Amino acid sequence: MNKIKIILTFPKETINKPIICHLNTDYKLISNILRAKVMPREVGKMVLEIEGEEKNIEEGIKYLESFGIEVIPVSKEIKFNEEECVSCGACLAVCASGALTLDQESYQVRFDRDLCILCEHCVRACPLRVIEATFDEIER
Amino acid sequence: MAKTFAEINDKIKKGEAVVVTAQEIIDLVEKDGVEKVAKDVDVVTTGTFGPMCSSGAILNFGHSDPPVKMQEVWLNDVPAYAGLAAVDVYIGATELSKTRGMDYGGGHVIEDLLSGKKICLRAISCGTDCYPRKEITTHITLDSINQAILFNPRNAYQNYCVATNSSNRVLHTYMGILLPHFGNATYSTSGQLSPLINDPLYRTVGIGTRIFLGGGVGYVAFEGTQHNPGAERLDNGVPISPAGTLALIGDLKKMSRNYLRGAVFEKYGVSLFVGVGIPIPILDEEMVKYTSIKNENIYTTIYDYSVEKRSKPTLGRVNYEQLRSGEIKINGKNVPTASMSSYKKALDIAEVLKQWIQEGKFLLQEPIEKLSTTQIFKPLEIIGNTE
Repeated sequence: MNKIKIILTFPKETINKPIICHLNTDYKLISNILRAKVMPREVGKMVLEIEGEEKNIEEGIKYLESFGIEVIPVSKEIKFNEEECVSCGACLAVCASGALTLDQESYQVRFDRDLCILCEHCVRACPLRVIEATFDEIER
Repeated sequence: MAKTFAEINDKIKKGEAVVVTAQEIIDLVEKDGVEKVAKDVDVVTTGTFGPMCSSGAILNFGHSDPPVKMQEVWLNDVPAYAGLAAVDVYIGATELSKTRGMDYGGGHVIEDLLSGKKICLRAISCGTDCYPRKEITTHITLDSINQAILFNPRNAYQNYCVATNSSNRVLHTYMGILLPHFGNATYSTSGQLSPLINDPLYRTVGIGTRIFLGGGVGYVAFEGTQHNPGAERLDNGVPISPAGTLALIGDLKKMSRNYLRGAVFEKYGVSLFVGVGIPIPILDEEMVKYTSIKNENIYTTIYDYSVEKRSKPTLGRVNYEQLRSGEIKINGKNVPTASMSSYKKALDIAEVLKQWIQEGKFLLQEPIEKLSTTQIFKPLEIIGNTE
């Protein structure tokens, strides 16, 4: 089983169609919508986590792309610069996912990419600006 | 048997002084007892590394040819106060860039100077007979300018409050982003490592005390602004809300970016993380008791930052053991906590200072004057000129 996070950009003609549910029924993928923003007659954006067999993930993504949906994997695009981090903890105040934690032995702030739900609150909370989000932003 | 500053300094010079951090002394006292530790240990080192807004640097640029009496000055587009002679300015940590707004400010100028970066200096003047030049644009570095002195009017707060938010909107504050409906609570003290918490009644820390400041050597210049020694204290002498403060001074040219960092607080502004470490001499058993204080015995007060009043309502009292556990209870609700100051860096500073003293290159300075214990923190009232 593999788990990946992707950012989807839906062209406006697709936003009324049931699509994500087919990832489950047709491709046996467990999907978890982390963030979504759909405005009427505009493009829709979604951050989606999908879990399943690698082959099914590949085919599921092809299925999404067949609607003209842009699919960008995002797991590697939150940059936490541990070297520049001073471990103050300002980011922990806004991290609801548990991705950012304070190591109780070393007192160092750690970032666990797998737990991150890409809310980006930490990016703005970091006083030293050492956390960067380089993917598309869904909402501010 | 009591020790004096002079006796401790003799041991430091001989490389015989026993130095421990304010964290290490806790276990030592539990193991050996107060009496033995008072004999064995000479100095306890403390540390703190947090955003301290009341900070800045006095810069003297040297004179250009022909010379200029700088009246308005910008460093990388951040205004510096120039109402001091011809080429003296004060660059304050919270001053904002005229072109980049809250993304860059005085704190960053200080950090960039320490990084060895070139800073654009721009100044204008009316021109005088003795200072004929009317404008100047040049580039400076920390090495190229005549002098750079870090002078922070208020640092090293003796305890600080816990900030939380009862309202239904997100608050952007100097205590970080406060989430609605008690979504979080933030604090900003290194607790058991914090300098003035280890000398709660200012027995050994006073005017003239030699300290670790920003990676270099500095001094306590005076009591800090808003110094409030009369704050309520527990039996151990430690205040339960912000109390004493220190004005600190030192040679910026000998400091390091590792311990002075520009900071941005979203929708609040710019500040400067300042690293401060103060050595506490173990003169007698009383100083052992003070310096062996543990997080669980240091209490602070929770304030609701959503109330737009000078006196914010309080929501109870917690200790630093609870705060550092990551969760406290406010009105029966579990609220996650986060620190604004770095315990990791505070510990690092206490260790560095310990090493300096062990190596004999840092001597203790007995205060030439005590800090005020009677100063009152006055509010500002709004009064018309006919009242």
